[in-house]
Amino acid sequence: MNGDIGLWAVPLAMIGGAIRVSTPFLFVSLGEVITERSGRINLGLEGTLVFGAMAGYALAYLTGSAWAGVGAAALAGLLFGLVHGLLCSLPKVNDIAIGIALMLLGTGLAFFFGKPFIQPVAPDLPAINLGWWSDLPQVQAALRVNVLFLVGAALAVALAWMLRKTRIGLTLRVVGDSSDAARALGIRPARVRILATAFGGALAGIGGAYLSLFYPGSWNEGISSGQGLIAVALVIFARWSPINAFFAALLFGAAGALGPALQSVGVTQGYYLFYAAPFVLTLIVLVLSSSKSGALTGAPRELSITK
Amino acid sequence: MAADFLTRRRFLTTSAGLAGAAAMGLPARAQGGLTVGFIYVGPRDDYGYNQAHAQGAAAVKAMEGVTVIEEENVAETQDVQQTMESMINFDGASLLFPTSFGYFDPHILEVAPKYPDVRFKHCGGLWTPGMPENVGSYFGYIGMGQYLNGIVAGHMTSSKKIGFVAAKPIPQVLLNINSFLLGARAVDPEITCQVIFTGEWSMAVKEAEATNALADAGADVITCHVDGPKVVIETAAARGAYVCGYHADQSALAPELYLTGAEWNWATVYTDMVAKTLAGEPIPNFVRGGLAEGFIKMSPLGPAVTDAARAQFEAVQAEIMAGDYAVINGPLADNSGNVIAADGVSYLETDVELESMDYLVDGVIGSTS
Repeated sequence: MNGDIGLWAVPLAMIGGAIRVSTPFLFVSLGEVITERSGRINLGLEGTLVFGAMAGYALAYLTGSAWAGVGAAALAGLLFGLVHGLLCSLPKVNDIAIGIALMLLGTGLAFFFGKPFIQPVAPDLPAINLGWWSDLPQVQAALRVNVLFLVGAALAVALAWMLRKTRIGLTLRVVGDSSDAARALGIRPARVRILATAFGGALAGIGGAYLSLFYPGSWNEGISSGQGLIAVALVIFARWSPINAFFAALLFGAAGALGPALQSVGVTQGYYLFYAAPFVLTLIVLVLSSSKSGALTGAPRELSITK
Repeated sequence: MAADFLTRRRFLTTSAGLAGAAAMGLPARAQGGLTVGFIYVGPRDDYGYNQAHAQGAAAVKAMEGVTVIEEENVAETQDVQQTMESMINFDGASLLFPTSFGYFDPHILEVAPKYPDVRFKHCGGLWTPGMPENVGSYFGYIGMGQYLNGIVAGHMTSSKKIGFVAAKPIPQVLLNINSFLLGARAVDPEITCQVIFTGEWSMAVKEAEATNALADAGADVITCHVDGPKVVIETAAARGAYVCGYHADQSALAPELYLTGAEWNWATVYTDMVAKTLAGEPIPNFVRGGLAEGFIKMSPLGPAVTDAARAQFEAVQAEIMAGDYAVINGPLADNSGNVIAADGVSYLETDVELESMDYLVDGVIGSTS
């Protein structure tokens, strides 16, 4: 609680914010990368995230174990993903419409079942202190890294390797790029897509559990400020690459910490403007990275938005 | 947010619009007695603003001959107009308590003239003559509670810097921030208060970020004015800072670090207004009260509070209870140097000028825009 570090507080807070705030973005967008690589879009992940936050908090409170909560959130997310995947496999069903329906269903169910869990205090997920080398409490606080963040980072690398080097990755990419080619290879596209969507749902559920069990670490109905929706957009921003999704999530977390950090060092005018930083940043990066020839480079061709 | 689409009342109002005039003749009036409607902007059990009101509503429920209807998560938009109209037309409510600040202007002011027999009582608005007679506003001098928070904070801070997580720069919030600092300065005039605005009444991640930023900036006693203080209290306590509560008692969230808190006591206000309505008596359009009237109360002092802090806290509390206490005393400037109160000028807790406050006093680090 001592030591005035002046303007250094801003970059430090942004690093800390990147680590603290990015994890939900990271999990949701990694899951959605896999789902979209198989040729489906699941817009319902916002609902899955909120339901995962509720389910995780509720189970952690009831069992006294935060990890049981994470498991429950993943399972709940898996079920939501399965529902989306199965419904979209029916003929003439639009994945975007189902996604929106599931988003409303997920938040509605979470609010309904979550009522008794707003008040109780559930155990938090453990964090690892990577700031032990510093005497500054600010540095120590910024580098209190949650295990899930590290898991997410490792998962990004693993998924990138999986997509590029393994048979599962190849299957996913074939299904995502051409249903016909997949069928010719003896792959059933619908089944792959159902599994990919279920996987994406499970990761989104874990992202929700991070919100309610670590940061900010409590369940209430305003827990998500649209992280699930933003993360779906991040996937396009990340050009369907898990590694890019990791950096996009970090960038969003850091930009989100800018507003409070600037106010804390005395830059107090125009904070509404700073709070828009993540979105302004997205626009700038999208404009800079756009090109006339291949605006959707890397997009799976079976996606309903590219078809 | 999104689930607003699914609420029963929204469905009812929409279908009522479709059914048109056919439905108008057959409103399902409640069977005799008085129906009272409470409208909340968030969930009823948020450890904060809405919970404080819901506890008042619970006291009304226990009264004879009264039916209470409640709706949560009603946005400060056209939504609240629909909720009010459906409470009146479908549930037969004749006394409404729309409790969120943003419901007043324009929503209550638009709906009220259509239903002259219904009483609209709004929390926090500033009723002025010329507004509809069936509208009224009530509020408590909770700034006094934040002043008392500040006194304890002033004793407990060792960094001489205290922190405030604020939602929006509206007069009530600014008064709370200023009172918190002035309370602390009554202990030590060197103390400063860092404020961070989140821009939203309820935005968990931003509140946590703001609290962390305050702790990073060296604030070691933190309080807030957001709808649900749970996140701020828990985050601040996790950083080892002392906390002062707001809206409701949050001591269970940080038993060791919770100093005290400024709480609403709406049961007093609501049971009184409902009793007056049942008796057919008028309710004043402009109702205000503080510690002495039982509109607000303080959380019991926490275990960390020192004897010196306790002594000053109790002394000042007694002075406030006696009435005519002023927090804003001249000479006082705002934090950009403009004079707010000249030497010898004081604003009592009851002064209506305080309800249009648009400045942060000298010593508060922050800006209203």
